[in-house]
Amino acid sequence: MRVFRMLGRDIRDAFHSVIRNFSLSLASITCIVITLLIVSISIMLSAVVNNFADNVKKDMTIIAFLDVDITEDRINEMKLELEKLDNIESITFDSKAKIASQMMKDSPVFESILGDYTGDNNPLQDTYLVKVKEVEKIGDTAKKIESIVNVESVQYGAGMVEQLIDVFSTIRTISLGIVGALIIVTIFLISNTIKITIFSRRKEIEIMRLVGASNINIKIPFLFEGIFLGLFGSIIPILATIYGYTYLYDYFGGYISIKTIQLIKPTPFVYYIALLLVAIAVIVGSLGSWRAVKKHLKI
Amino acid sequence: MILLELIELNNVTKRFKNGTEALNDVSLTISKGEFVFIIGHTGCGKSTLVKLIYREEKPTSGEIFVGGVNVAKVRNRKVYKIRRKMGVVFQDFKLLEKLTVYENVAFALEIFGLKSSEIHTKVLKALELVDLKGKAKSYPDQLSGGEKQRVAIARAIVNGPKLLICDEPTGNLDEETSMGIMDVLKNVNAIGTTIIMVSHDTHIVEKMKKRVIELEEGRVKKDYAKGKYKRARV
Repeated sequence: MRVFRMLGRDIRDAFHSVIRNFSLSLASITCIVITLLIVSISIMLSAVVNNFADNVKKDMTIIAFLDVDITEDRINEMKLELEKLDNIESITFDSKAKIASQMMKDSPVFESILGDYTGDNNPLQDTYLVKVKEVEKIGDTAKKIESIVNVESVQYGAGMVEQLIDVFSTIRTISLGIVGALIIVTIFLISNTIKITIFSRRKEIEIMRLVGASNINIKIPFLFEGIFLGLFGSIIPILATIYGYTYLYDYFGGYISIKTIQLIKPTPFVYYIALLLVAIAVIVGSLGSWRAVKKHLKI
Repeated sequence: MILLELIELNNVTKRFKNGTEALNDVSLTISKGEFVFIIGHTGCGKSTLVKLIYREEKPTSGEIFVGGVNVAKVRNRKVYKIRRKMGVVFQDFKLLEKLTVYENVAFALEIFGLKSSEIHTKVLKALELVDLKGKAKSYPDQLSGGEKQRVAIARAIVNGPKLLICDEPTGNLDEETSMGIMDVLKNVNAIGTTIIMVSHDTHIVEKMKKRVIELEEGRVKKDYAKGKYKRARV
């Protein structure tokens, strides 16, 4: 009970101190607001991009066109050879007859052209559709498939996919870098705020020491103050995340421009981000105040 | 009457980093319940002596036992354990201006997480002892110097310490007010609290008729028994 009473007192003191030095606290809080807003935006962007990349990956298929005069035995043999390769998720065989019938079903134009070319006259090629496990290695896998005897050529949207993935990872790295730098700046700002609080409360600290307050007794209110600064700073970013993302999701109807860029449903996504923001706020606040206490509260 | 030793200094020397020697081979004992004055000229080591006892400073050599504990060997982070058993009063009162008299005295107890009912009882008892019960709701800037010092004494004794250290508590006060403070300290001493008081006011010291330890250049010049001290008449 005594510990709870002491904690209650520490929390009350820390809260009062934030209010008492509000103009000073405001600088730290503003910095936390900006940092957390950017953190939130980068997480949302990153999640949307990941979602998009996953969708692209799901559809990422290597089409291996087989020689026109290939035999059925050889086609079966090739499946075994394909299965031996690394990075293979699934293999589907599409015969030229199946492709022709699909094409004729899809369009009357193809129906009129291909209608005359059935059986051995079919000008299309048999294909293997190969899905890969890791889309980053799709180029290597495609090359290996191309080197298999009786594979005439392969197609997988070469270049475009790699470029897209490069862009995504660059965006992620840059936003991570910005967030990292901002977090460090915020820690320093909080640390500075707490430092000034420590100086303004020198007399109180001196009296606390005289009447027998332990180091923990003296330090804890300052740690709570840092945490409060963090928590106050997280309010606006959390509201902006929850209401802002939900609004954008409804505004775009769940998709951006094309169906492939699908937005993540707001619930529970925004609440996870909100929790993460609170966690970052608490960690950044404690680190900042801990730094100041360690450096300036020599007991 | 059997007097138990509360404080024992054995060959204590304190040399500061700049080379100043504040105390040189000081040995003395103070018993439980005693009222002792430490006197001497400015710079003779009076304040250093009490700072060593409440472990604000560490001796360069020698032992300092307070209640059986060698405080010279206590680590910085454990000093609070010693401080909880003693009260300290200074010339400049060290009160928090934003808190009322009651809150200033309660401050020492709140840190330890005492129940508010317990705090209330103890604070009122301490204020009664220093005769300030009627000013509980006043702020320090509404009080006279003597009243402020009484608040400081109340804060120092509220936790029932065995030892009260007073570093020039009457230094800023006129003679009449100072005697009022001395009456308060007498009352505190009467309930069994050992008092060590640093003073340069030989007039008060003589009037009080207590044990007096006179320091000169960091050494004990003379240790006067109760009532034996007579100040030099000019």
